[in-house]
Amino acid sequence: MPNRIVFKRQWAEDIFEIKVEAPLIAEERRAGQFVILQLNDEYGERIPLTIADADRTAGTITLIFQTVGKTSHALADLDVGDYIAHMVGPLGHPTHIERVGTVVGVGGGIGAAPLYPIAEAMKAAGNRLIVILGARQAGLMILEDRLAGLADELIVCTDDGSRGRKALVTGPLKEVCERPSKPDLVVAIGPPVMMKACAETTRPYGVRTIVSLNTIMVDGTGMCGGCRVTVDGQTRFVCVDGPEFDGHQVDFDNMIRRLGAYRRQENAAHERCHLEEAIRQKEREAGR
Amino acid sequence: MRHHTREEIEAAAHEQMAALEGVALTPKERLAIPPQEMPAQDPVARRRNMQEVALGYTATQARLESLRCLQCRNAPCVEGCPVRIDIPAFLKAAAEGDFQAAVDIIKRNSLLPAVCGRVCPQETQCQAPCTVGRSLKDAAKAVSIGRVERYVADRERDQGRAQLPAIKPATGFRVAVIGSGPAGITVAADLRREGHAVTIFEAFHKPGGVMVYGIPEFRLPKKIVEAEIHALEAMGVEIRTDFVVGRTRKLTDLMEKDGYDAVFVGSGAGLPKFMGIEGENLVGVFSANEYLTRVNLMKAYDFERADTPLFRSRVVVVLGGGNVAMDAARTAVRLGATEVHLVYRRTEAEMPARVEEVAHAKEEGVVFHLLQNAKRIMGDEQGLVKAVECLRYELGAPDDSGRRRPVEIKGSEFIMPCDTVIVAIGNDSNPLIRQTTPGLVTTKWGTIVANEDGATSVPRVYAGGDIVLGAATVILAMGQGRRAAAAIHEMLMREGPYRRRR
Repeated sequence: MPNRIVFKRQWAEDIFEIKVEAPLIAEERRAGQFVILQLNDEYGERIPLTIADADRTAGTITLIFQTVGKTSHALADLDVGDYIAHMVGPLGHPTHIERVGTVVGVGGGIGAAPLYPIAEAMKAAGNRLIVILGARQAGLMILEDRLAGLADELIVCTDDGSRGRKALVTGPLKEVCERPSKPDLVVAIGPPVMMKACAETTRPYGVRTIVSLNTIMVDGTGMCGGCRVTVDGQTRFVCVDGPEFDGHQVDFDNMIRRLGAYRRQENAAHERCHLEEAIRQKEREAGR
Repeated sequence: MRHHTREEIEAAAHEQMAALEGVALTPKERLAIPPQEMPAQDPVARRRNMQEVALGYTATQARLESLRCLQCRNAPCVEGCPVRIDIPAFLKAAAEGDFQAAVDIIKRNSLLPAVCGRVCPQETQCQAPCTVGRSLKDAAKAVSIGRVERYVADRERDQGRAQLPAIKPATGFRVAVIGSGPAGITVAADLRREGHAVTIFEAFHKPGGVMVYGIPEFRLPKKIVEAEIHALEAMGVEIRTDFVVGRTRKLTDLMEKDGYDAVFVGSGAGLPKFMGIEGENLVGVFSANEYLTRVNLMKAYDFERADTPLFRSRVVVVLGGGNVAMDAARTAVRLGATEVHLVYRRTEAEMPARVEEVAHAKEEGVVFHLLQNAKRIMGDEQGLVKAVECLRYELGAPDDSGRRRPVEIKGSEFIMPCDTVIVAIGNDSNPLIRQTTPGLVTTKWGTIVANEDGATSVPRVYAGGDIVLGAATVILAMGQGRRAAAAIHEMLMREGPYRRRR
């Protein structure tokens, strides 16, 4: 049976890395692609997660995720040896990798995970690679060592200055754009507001900026259209047209609103989880 | 019309039958038998549950309805059936009370009678040319062929009499079937029967295609689809879920690397159309596919247990007039919307939905707005839907489809307040296989070009169902599957195994 978890690591209170046995996905996947997983046959929801890395020989893929809703919390509760009920992929178009000159990879928070394979492929294609890695605080920074090993230049920054520079990623990004030899391509991945800010930062310099969108999805194959975004005034589906788009053309405000469509229900479900956990805790105590 | 309970209907049928028992009927007497009303859940009660609406005929009703058949020599009904079921023969058996013989006759041509009896558009197919309806000058009074089909199929299943077909000795050939909807199921069953090894690849976590993600429980109970899937598995068909051909594996790699000798593509329509109007990406606008998939496949109607969230709607506007639009509107009713409006730009006569679904929707309180269409969707400052601006239409000259073209009335704009809009205006074809299969010829609409045997431009690759037809029906998909399976079998026996290039 596929989808067995063979490795687990906790990066921060709400950031986890797992390696999952999925030989077919490991073989076919390329940088920029994602999977959709589901933890329960009947009542589970389907959530998209970007593939952070893969090992073809071992037949495993790496997923790095932040616990935000019920399913990601439940995923974090699984241990090595447990199985993910359903996982499908690799989905989405792979990143277009080519030698363009200097590529700046910007990873914000958990966005460092999807950035990693793209940075790796861009480097392998012969590009000069600058990585700007940002997080709210030092404890939330991931993959710094791995990206340091890859990048020709690594700029680390945190919102509170607890690691690297005290800055938002847009600070160093602006500086890089102002260098005499401005970059040829920026790949910015992170929270929607960060990607929006990066696109606005590079726009005046005319530096092509790719963003990777992580919207609400059900099937991930084009069937539902729940993931649609407005790009250059056109409706596009993140699952089959993306997940990467020209950041200068994406209507981020619309996308951010659509991401919040179910916030009320999600919060309620999440609270219910905590409530149920508290009840179980009480019952355990009472039983003792 | 007052709602009749199943008991009332059965009592009436019993009386009617008693008068006919043992009598040799003249055509005139047959025409005098009242058309049998389909027992249904009470409209008020069913607004609050997901259970099937149409309850199915009783045995007496099935016999009575079958007795209405005049057994015409020329059998116009058979001409109207896409898979040419011998309708007079099965109705004759059913009229005699030999229900097993009746279902056996159907199964010679159709693999999924319990499904087709429920979802086929009989009034435009077998029942349209029915002599009984013509004699009575009312198409609605044609013999209810589909309801009898459903009865005999349900009876066989409920009594556990459904037998697996005999499987011929193994041929050693392997066939990959992409998609587990009506087309794929049919191809898989027919090829397995011939002794080929068959694997179905399904993108979702559960097989059944549109029958599980699209058509709601209240119209097609999932246990019926599950029974068909179990039968396939019992025949030895392998089903691999969570497998997207084109992504998990390229189509050509199935033959090149994985040892399959032929491929059938039955991947369905699966790319929802939007109207291209302002406001379509506001929060609260959904494709019918998304809305129905959340509810049917992901079970979001079960607020307590399902993890998949559902947008909480009070006033819903559904755009479209087909079966999917009816399904979405009736689902919204059941999920507690206080008002559900259906906006369609032509009249009811042009609606592609089954007559029964339109009737059921009205009974359940869906408000129909005909000769109207959305011009734009309006949002509030938070980007949430607050209204649809509509235009009124009138019917002009007939268009290519023969239907009178709706023409907008200038200056007729008006506002319809709502918090949810469901777009149900059809599907384009899914691009995944097209984009990842070199040499596969498609139309400008993205459907795969296939000949009448289902053969595509790529050797050993066949296709059928919505990916070829555009949006169509279960029965047409099944019919195409049948023909493709026969062609694949013939090709394999003639040409032998796929010769790998490496």
